[in-house]
Amino acid sequence: MATQNSRSAARLMMAPAVILLLGWMLVPLTMTLWFSFRKYLPLRGGDQGWVGFDNYVRFVSSSSFWPSVQTTLIIVGGVLIITVVFGILLALLLDQPMWGQGVVRILVIAPFFVMPTVSALVWKNIFMDPVNGLFAHLWKFFGATPVEWLSQASVQSIIMIVSWQWLPFATLILLTAVQSLDGERLEASEMDGANPLQRFGYIVLPHLARAITIVVLIQTIFLLSIFAEIFVTTGGAFGTKTLSYLIFQRVLESQNIGLGSAGGIYAVILANIVAIFLMRIVGKNLDA
Amino acid sequence: MGRITLKEVTKSFGTVEVIKPINLEIEDGEFVVFVGPSGCGKSTLLRLIAGLEDVTSGHIEINGTDATAIPPAKRGLAMVFQSYALYPHMSVRKNIAFPLKMAGVDKTEINRKVDEAARVLNLSDYIDRRPGQLSGGQRQRVAIGRAIVREPDAFLFDEPLSNLDAALRGNMRLEISELHQTLATTMIYVTHDQVEAMTMANKIVVLRDGIIEQVGAPIDLYKNPRNLFVAEFIGSPKMNIIKGDAATELGAPTVGIRPEHLEVSKTKGKWKGTVGVSEHLGSDTFLHIEAEGIGTVNVRADGEIDLHHGDVAWLTPQVDKLHRFDATGLAI
Ligand SMILES: Nc1ncnc2c1ncn2[C@@H]1O[C@H](COP(=O)(O)OP(=O)(O)O)[C@@H](O)[C@H]1O
Ligand SMILES: [Mg+2]
Repeated sequence: MATQNSRSAARLMMAPAVILLLGWMLVPLTMTLWFSFRKYLPLRGGDQGWVGFDNYVRFVSSSSFWPSVQTTLIIVGGVLIITVVFGILLALLLDQPMWGQGVVRILVIAPFFVMPTVSALVWKNIFMDPVNGLFAHLWKFFGATPVEWLSQASVQSIIMIVSWQWLPFATLILLTAVQSLDGERLEASEMDGANPLQRFGYIVLPHLARAITIVVLIQTIFLLSIFAEIFVTTGGAFGTKTLSYLIFQRVLESQNIGLGSAGGIYAVILANIVAIFLMRIVGKNLDA
Repeated sequence: MGRITLKEVTKSFGTVEVIKPINLEIEDGEFVVFVGPSGCGKSTLLRLIAGLEDVTSGHIEINGTDATAIPPAKRGLAMVFQSYALYPHMSVRKNIAFPLKMAGVDKTEINRKVDEAARVLNLSDYIDRRPGQLSGGQRQRVAIGRAIVREPDAFLFDEPLSNLDAALRGNMRLEISELHQTLATTMIYVTHDQVEAMTMANKIVVLRDGIIEQVGAPIDLYKNPRNLFVAEFIGSPKMNIIKGDAATELGAPTVGIRPEHLEVSKTKGKWKGTVGVSEHLGSDTFLHIEAEGIGTVNVRADGEIDLHHGDVAWLTPQVDKLHRFDATGLAI
């Protein structure tokens, strides 16, 4: 029944959803674009008219811009590496037949259901607190001086917290990929003389390539905008200011909406570059 | 060299004994077919020989040395799996080269052997394609190529043709037989299809529920089945089994007659019957005849026979070709 009639009817019925989605996206984007070209200081004179690309130039030339880009990349990259590597190991482990498999799997997935703010608070206060944290007690037990995690190893700490949140996602996707690997293929490679490491390198890893790409793609898009974890733990201090945190500071702490909007547009461009880049990799992988 | 000996080999999964004590002698250069109904333990037996499963008890000897504890890669055997088990992300060339690469053979030698195998198997035109871009028959040949280049002492095939259509199956059957002639290497071939077993084997091993029912040359099994199971399993169409008074009259509690050993006539004979379905194949005609006091009997008749649904037909068994079985199903 894919006639002209039914197709235009379908279009008509989809229209509300499409319009809603477009509005949802376009209105904030247009407003951000609009403000990014204006001098707008809510507490110091309000909207003071057009300034051209002034905000864009100032955002980039500010001394905190490049460090924030660097921090963003380090955090995103660090979390990706940790979640993919440990995700693969966990997936291989969980694929082994063992007692209580179902329960263990649910436990592994549990962190994903904890809200970012809550998990950051838990890590900050229960694990990383330099006086009462579990890590501090552990260090003291072995006679070492407790580490002040969030000031001395701030970026690493945030990478750890965020990795903990995203590891279940990576594990879950990779586990389904591991489970879809044909057992006869592994047996064939075993008979062909491949040792366990070679079996992993030549058979398992290529089989996981697509799943890994998908994990990297999806995580990157979400990780570029992590905020709660930084806000709750270091508040952007000790070199943990990411691009999204910098934008937040410009808008709320400096009360400069124009400057923050320009930063927002930069972030949109950055995310799009990453997305296009990754889409092409995924596309290539999906061809095979 | 590819002499394989099984001594009192058993295999249990949990409490289920899938392979009951099995003794078997496979000579160098033989084409041995394991045949039996689905679930009888053919694959398990093959995997025990390959080393992919550990025996529960007993010994496997390869070329006179005990191989029971040797890992699969070191047994000098190559296996072709039912699903082909090709490596999808590698080209045909890399698939075939894989075992050589794992064995650390040098590059030029690998290329020479792969090209040679590709030539023998008519794969040269597809050598740079991925398995996903090949047809079922071509994939099958890649899997065989991957086995050949290792120059194993014996090849193991697990239902290699069951994923192919009928025409291709016929072709591949010939190609594998041809390969066996050329290489003269021991081949162990698992199938549930007795036609494959009859046409390809030097030696057929009939299995049922993890027990060897009979071992022998195809024509031996056809002519002298040791029991009712083998008699019914080997031969197509199936042997007719006759019980009751008609059997007693022929001298045994159970009598088997192959469809080709019944003479059919329109006018006279030993048993009277009515023609049911008749299948005209051109060269032969398969008649299903409802014989009085006996039941449905399959008859293989001449291609030109003029009998149709509902006609009356008379049947006469060739007395010297009968198979007689005692009450326990053993041949007399
Ligand atoms: N890994 C296993 N675990 C438990 N039972 C198995 C396993 N492999 C095979 N079996 C059982 O062993 C029997 C023989 O299987 P198999 O050798 O695959 O039969 P065939 O190849 O003759 O069809 C079947 O009943 C099957 O259920
Ligand atoms: Mg099988």
